Amino acid sequence: MAVRTPLIIVLLSALTALFFLSVIIGPAGITMADTLRALLWGQGEAATLVMREIRLPRAILAVMVGASLGLAGAAMQGYLRNPLAEPGLIGVSGSAALGAVIVLQTGLAAVWWLALPFAALGGALASVLLILLLAGPRGSSLTLILAGIAISALAGAMTTLVLNLSPNPFAASEVVFWMMGSLSDRSFDHVWIALPFMIIGWILLLSLGRPLDVLTLGEDAAATMGVATGRTRLVLVLGIAACVGAATAVAGAIGFVGLVVPHILRPFVGARPSSLLWASALGGAVMVLAADLAVRLILPDRDLKLGVLMAIIGAPFFLHLIYKTRGEVR
Amino acid sequence: MSVFPAAFRTIALGVALLGAASLAASADAPKRVVSMNLCTDQLAMLLADEGQLISVSHIAFDPLSSPMVEQAARYRKNHGQAEQIFAMQPDLVLAGIYSDPYSIGLLRRLGVEVVQFPMERTFDDIRANILKMGQILGQQDAARQMVTQFDTDLAALGSVTAEHPTALLHYANNYTSGDKSLAHHILLAAGFANATTEGGIAAAGSVPLERLLLLMPDLVISGQTYPGASRAEEVLDHPALRRLREKQSGARLTDAEWVCGTPFVLRAVMRLVDIRKRM
Repeated sequence: MAVRTPLIIVLLSALTALFFLSVIIGPAGITMADTLRALLWGQGEAATLVMREIRLPRAILAVMVGASLGLAGAAMQGYLRNPLAEPGLIGVSGSAALGAVIVLQTGLAAVWWLALPFAALGGALASVLLILLLAGPRGSSLTLILAGIAISALAGAMTTLVLNLSPNPFAASEVVFWMMGSLSDRSFDHVWIALPFMIIGWILLLSLGRPLDVLTLGEDAAATMGVATGRTRLVLVLGIAACVGAATAVAGAIGFVGLVVPHILRPFVGARPSSLLWASALGGAVMVLAADLAVRLILPDRDLKLGVLMAIIGAPFFLHLIYKTRGEVR
Repeated sequence: MSVFPAAFRTIALGVALLGAASLAASADAPKRVVSMNLCTDQLAMLLADEGQLISVSHIAFDPLSSPMVEQAARYRKNHGQAEQIFAMQPDLVLAGIYSDPYSIGLLRRLGVEVVQFPMERTFDDIRANILKMGQILGQQDAARQMVTQFDTDLAALGSVTAEHPTALLHYANNYTSGDKSLAHHILLAAGFANATTEGGIAAAGSVPLERLLLLMPDLVISGQTYPGASRAEEVLDHPALRRLREKQSGARLTDAEWVCGTPFVLRAVMRLVDIRKRM
């Protein structure tokens, strides 16, 4: 667990600063002093409602979703030893969204509150299993990306179909939310729905530090060093499904976080998967907080989708990675 | 609920007048009328002669939007498509100003007369549309009588008040209504002030929830929800609004009676007056 101390300090300070900004900046135009008085001591009825029921849960969700997606990306890349593996790009988030949309539209989510996260988790689980089955333990880029394209396309089409068939006149226009993700108007209801699943996912994925480190030496070496590859894979699949499923259930499918964050942080942790897991969780939280802040500052009244911003930042990274690894993609 | 009968009188009148009106209808009045808009559906059903109106829009059959579902069952259902309407051989089609321009254009090219009604944004618009419908259907006397009854009923609702508590109109996707909406005038008629316009948010549209909360309205009136789930409607039940509602009482949903400018808005006004008196 050789996380470099300076890196941790930098990430934690960025996280704290962005969280603070995220809470004090908003369309209501409350002064900084008033926001803090309302948040901490409940002064001012309206301001307290705004701070405690709107801005605080939104900032907390940004941290939770970012940490989950960053961690899931780092874990998947560590296991497949492929920097192109990212849950959002290979259809895991899309499949989670499909699961969520199905229980929402059938009314199951209204009957039992756990149905929403479970269904999203189920969707994510199915797609991770399918991807690992198709890509194999070495995770060749070509099969990974091709399988990902097919799963993404299918999940996206099915999500669109379900929303188009909904009797609700607003549902059809919400395809954008489920494909691109957003944190606007989320509340503590969503924090409580997602948190238990995310905590389980974080514990599972963070426990993979040593096995992933050993796996960099190859499967045979890992086996001789006492790493059970079957068990590692099971923990990985469940952890990714829990993290990505819970994040997507409340915030929609936000891509590229799990790609960009580990890619930026890898040089700082000496390319050790175990250190990268921690760093990517923190980095993901920083990235989503920053993106959500940018969304509110650039077009405050238009509910710009998080996934749009992440794609603008992330797609060039992805193309760069493909260019770098093109010798392998054959 | 003492004002309940008064609000119904206008509507009852529309039905009662049917027999009498037939005598007054002029010979050149249209005889096969099709309505393709929810609001013209209602005015036509209230004012047309027996047999004069043959079809209303499918939305008139939807209890979420239409206060006249039972009456609608007596007419054929149309989906606003030119082909289906033309096949009914109408001599007059009633439409809204925002009805599908392609369907209307096609009907006109086929030689069918189409009359479009503007949206009612104020109570004066309601009176104007009732009189216009009377004129077009050849039921001028019935229409004049309905307007008179509307004004009598409105006055009887006892909505004159010195205190004007604020009410917030809150719909899916954080939409709210400014002063250019019928809902705004329903609020005013019931003795409320519109929290949105009072708070300096003039235009209708999507307003961030936190800005709406800062208005601290005395009453939150939410848009009705449709079957199936949507993220747009989820915000109507946001915990921040639940907190605000804990201190409030009374029915707080806009429903079919808020949609169109017809005498049915009196029922909405009446319910609001009732809530205000209990506040």
